[in-house]
Amino acid sequence: MSEQTEWPLWEVFVRSRRGLSHTHAGSLHAPDAELALRNARDLYTRRGEGVSLWVVPSAAITASSPDEKDPFFAPAADKPYRHPTFYEIPEGVKHL
Amino acid sequence: MTAVAGGTSAAEGAGSGEDAFLAAFDAAVAAEERIEPRDWMPDAYRATLVRQMAQHAHSEIIGMQPEANWITRAPSLRRKAILMAKVQDEAGHGLYLYSATETLGTGRDELLDKLHAGRQKYSSIFNYPTLTWADVGAIGWLVDGAAITNQVPLCRCSYGPYARAMIRICKEESFHQRQGFELLLALSEGTPEQHAMAQDAVDRWWWPSLMMFGPPDGESAHSAQSTAWKIKRFSNDELRQRFVDICVPQAEALGLTLPDPDLRWNEEKGGHDFGTVDWSEFQAVLKGNGPCNEERITQRRRAHEDGAWVRDAAAAYAAKQAAGSDEKAVAA
Amino acid sequence: MSAALALADDALVLSHRLGEWAGHAPVLEEEVALANIALDLLGQARSLYSLVGDEDELAYLREERAFRNVQLVEQPNGDFAHTFARQLYFSAYQLPLYRALAATDSDLAPLAAKAAKEVEYHLDHARTWTLRLGDGTEESHARMQRACTALWKFTGELFQPVEGLEADPAALEAEWLVDIREVLERATLTLPDGPRLGGWAAGAGRQGLHTEPFGRMLAEMQHLHRSHPGATW
Repeated sequence: MSEQTEWPLWEVFVRSRRGLSHTHAGSLHAPDAELALRNARDLYTRRGEGVSLWVVPSAAITASSPDEKDPFFAPAADKPYRHPTFYEIPEGVKHL
Repeated sequence: MTAVAGGTSAAEGAGSGEDAFLAAFDAAVAAEERIEPRDWMPDAYRATLVRQMAQHAHSEIIGMQPEANWITRAPSLRRKAILMAKVQDEAGHGLYLYSATETLGTGRDELLDKLHAGRQKYSSIFNYPTLTWADVGAIGWLVDGAAITNQVPLCRCSYGPYARAMIRICKEESFHQRQGFELLLALSEGTPEQHAMAQDAVDRWWWPSLMMFGPPDGESAHSAQSTAWKIKRFSNDELRQRFVDICVPQAEALGLTLPDPDLRWNEEKGGHDFGTVDWSEFQAVLKGNGPCNEERITQRRRAHEDGAWVRDAAAAYAAKQAAGSDEKAVAA
Repeated sequence: MSAALALADDALVLSHRLGEWAGHAPVLEEEVALANIALDLLGQARSLYSLVGDEDELAYLREERAFRNVQLVEQPNGDFAHTFARQLYFSAYQLPLYRALAATDSDLAPLAAKAAKEVEYHLDHARTWTLRLGDGTEESHARMQRACTALWKFTGELFQPVEGLEADPAALEAEWLVDIREVLERATLTLPDGPRLGGWAAGAGRQGLHTEPFGRMLAEMQHLHRSHPGATW
């Protein structure tokens, strides 16, 4: 039996040190989660880059709009009142 | 196709909207923004990237062979460890690049099939043989040195996943060049036999290294468009010149000579003049008539074919496990 | 330090064999994994040699009969199944051994504690593949069974007493057998039932008696170093 089944693709997320969140590092192929995790360890942390790993089947990721732009993200640009710098505070007021 | 990979975005096939998308793409490239996998991109841009990234990935994994040739004969345990780690990095770099290529919707198996069938290329430099231990040093110093000169600008390439892979690779690659330099230095300062071995290796690898930058600017098939798309940042000749200027003082530090009687400093241009590369040799190796073309691709194909039963086994096991857990879920 | 030398030779020889896979692995991810294991073992060998003398003199200038590694590690790679049967048998021996050594107050303890962590991963990797090959396809099952059976006769030697090694061979062997039995069963493989020691060669590697492929391996490994006496690299 050799029907050339390609192993599925997995996305790898690495926590570089405690206190930081997992960050996308890249992807790899593996037949299952167990091997994906081991392959990720060997490939993405061999220089001590991480203390924790997540692997996620690439097919399980749902992405936002195809071109990564409008209309998902543009509407957030005109709401400056969400940011603290929007507000003017009299000089001398502290702890605000 | 995965959600993260590119391929058909909603925009494609719209036809009439194409101009607007192209304008947006051009503007993004002009503004030094990165193009990401799911963005609209011209078909030719996608094809160029797949071709270049695949060739780059193939070069990494074929490039393992000439150096792996010496792992079992490395003359000290320290060198053995270094060489193993280096060849391992090359497999890793191949993996980073294949996964970056996959974001464009082309699977690794498909790319490997094309490599094995001779339909995609890898860097011709790896069709030269490693005849002595000093060749390991020459590859590190010259071949990796040339590769880094080529690759550093790619860290700013317009395609995001390629640029990110290159940043990771360049970081790791600097150890490769340094170990090569150090290896040659030890030989050069060693016994007369060792020194001669080092000089012989440099004599054989110098010109092929200069060929790694590709044909002269006037004859380069893909250069202009790649430059416009900010995939390529400097011309072949610019990079070649930069490399020569870097190497000359390093060769001096090594106590080795570069095999080019025309090599001399040109005050006026602020760089070195150097002899003409033998482009007929380059073309011959490119066409498959290098010293090791046949061996390299045969070994790669054999590793892949011999490994098919292993990959199948793991896939079959995964399928059984998945079926097993489904059954359990149903039972519960 | 004959114990350190024996363990160092084990690690070096197996590392060398794994290094032969470079460029030949069935899938790129496994190139990286095999190299990691080889590098761990080479690191172990170097630390162990440093307790005995100069690492390069020990590795490159001893004759075949002076090497003290077990015959298991010098066996040629064969196919991927043979390599992983060898990994399984050896890692399952090395892990409890290093753990036992780490708990002593011998010179080997600090090194053993560090190495045990590495070997834990090697064993895990070997189990992972034993399961997949054993319970994968018909072909992989047959190959893995063949490999486990073929290497079986080299496993008795692992538990011959070694002078100066502060670990109880009988206890190690008992633990090893439990481990191997469990993994092979889960992998739908049959525990081989042949003798675990070769006829004339009982305990041979530890006394410097090796198998034919080992001489060729050493010839390749030592050739360059020996060709330039006194040179530094």
